[in-house]
Amino acid sequence: MEITTFLFYLPFLLTFAVVGIYAERKIAGFIQDRMGPMDTGKFGLLQTIADVLKLLMKEDITPARADKKLFPLAPIIVFSAIVSGFAVLPLTSGWTGAGAQVGVFYLLTIITFDVVGILIAGWAANNKYALFGAERSVAQLISYEVPMGLCVLAVVCVCQTLDLQAISFQQGIFAASAGQEESYLFGIKALGIEVSQYGGFLTWNIFRAPVLIPVALIFFIASLAEANRAPFDLAEAESELIAGYNVEYSGFKFAMLMLGEYGMMLLMSILMAVLFFGSWNTPLPNIGGLPLAEWTSGEPGTLSGHLWGGFWILSKALVVIFFQMVVRWTYPRLRVDQLMIFAWKYLTPASLVLVLLSVIWRMLMI
Amino acid sequence: MQAINFYSLIFYGFSALVLVSALNILLTKNVLYAAFSLLVSLFGVAALYVLMGADFIGIAQIMIYIGGILVLMIFGVMLTTKLKGEPILTQNRNVLSSLLVGTGLSTFLGLIFSQFEWANRPWIDQTALAEGSIRKLGIATMTDFLLPFELIAIMLLVALVAGTYLAKK
Repeated sequence: MEITTFLFYLPFLLTFAVVGIYAERKIAGFIQDRMGPMDTGKFGLLQTIADVLKLLMKEDITPARADKKLFPLAPIIVFSAIVSGFAVLPLTSGWTGAGAQVGVFYLLTIITFDVVGILIAGWAANNKYALFGAERSVAQLISYEVPMGLCVLAVVCVCQTLDLQAISFQQGIFAASAGQEESYLFGIKALGIEVSQYGGFLTWNIFRAPVLIPVALIFFIASLAEANRAPFDLAEAESELIAGYNVEYSGFKFAMLMLGEYGMMLLMSILMAVLFFGSWNTPLPNIGGLPLAEWTSGEPGTLSGHLWGGFWILSKALVVIFFQMVVRWTYPRLRVDQLMIFAWKYLTPASLVLVLLSVIWRMLMI
Repeated sequence: MQAINFYSLIFYGFSALVLVSALNILLTKNVLYAAFSLLVSLFGVAALYVLMGADFIGIAQIMIYIGGILVLMIFGVMLTTKLKGEPILTQNRNVLSSLLVGTGLSTFLGLIFSQFEWANRPWIDQTALAEGSIRKLGIATMTDFLLPFELIAIMLLVALVAGTYLAKK
């Protein structure tokens, strides 16, 4: 039961895409004060399944002047780049991902293949809209990788490891048993309140080092941009670019690109849960005679440990995704120059300062 | 001779990937295809690094060469192609001199390769393979190689500032 979380995440991603699209449309409906899909099945529950069936039965068109070799390759590159990112994510206390030593560094690196895939998609389609969409996407992805990488660096500075499973263990009641250091309240050792025995939200990274709260905010913004979601979905600005780099794709190839985008959402949300919100650890602390944390986590390696761990990490990720969806239907889209200015003039300097602050926090407080 | 196991199968698979895509860079006339073959080739090299226990170097290879340099190259090639409306094709030039340099270099490398005993060199630290490279790498960078590390950092900063200045013009 090691290094095989991949086997769980791949089928989970496929299910998530179907449910996620339905949820997205229902949330959009709720925010815009309408019903959302209602006709297919009870409450429109079968709507996405019908959509998927329709998509798969569509004719798979390759434009006559498209690049015949690269055109079919692009969706495969985009999808496999994002899926490879899942390989290092832990799922429960006893079920971890591959590449333990370089964990999060690998994750940030392998998803840059996404950029290559998008470039190929835009270029191979031989369509001006697609090319412009691809260029916008790539410029955006590369720019927002900088603040995102710095945010991850801040967490790594506090945790002193790249291993996502070690980062997870530090944020809960099993820190000592896994050979990780214990945490103190707000990471201030001078207070002398050791919180690893209480667990729950008190040991989450954002409480272990409150300097990580703004880091989490910047990470969330950057993850929206990385997943090409509103307010950063310039690549598919319908009013200007039709649908961006994927405009010439149809049928199953389009489904793969779409799946890639939802995969990116899920990947970023799980990564955010791991880095900031306690990974597979329970949010409920032990309170005096009421050991809520122990009741809701289960020993690592046991069945209850797996069930609770999986439940907590996935629910945290889904809550983050809910906020991603709410943001999408609440905020208007940025202009392309605003997007770049926002990344380079505000987010990047802010995250640089935050990296420095986390290092200082680590050295002086913990 | 080593017995063929799963490890060496993967090794030969990635080696074949590197070689085939490197050959494709030479044989294809389309510059963009060559760039993508280079990408596959570099990816294969990174995979070989990881396979040999140098996981950090392998991932740094992907980050720097594929995530940075190659994307920039492809970007440049794509923009020029689309402006002219026709693919950029390469030609064979300076056949004689390149033939000389190429054969000379490969003979030199071949000689080294045939006369050198690679396995079990004294500087190969077998224990380091088992425990992973990151911690050692970090400590070495901050102690023994601090001066070159800081110099590179300053050089990168200068390049960054210069790049921003040029972009402003």
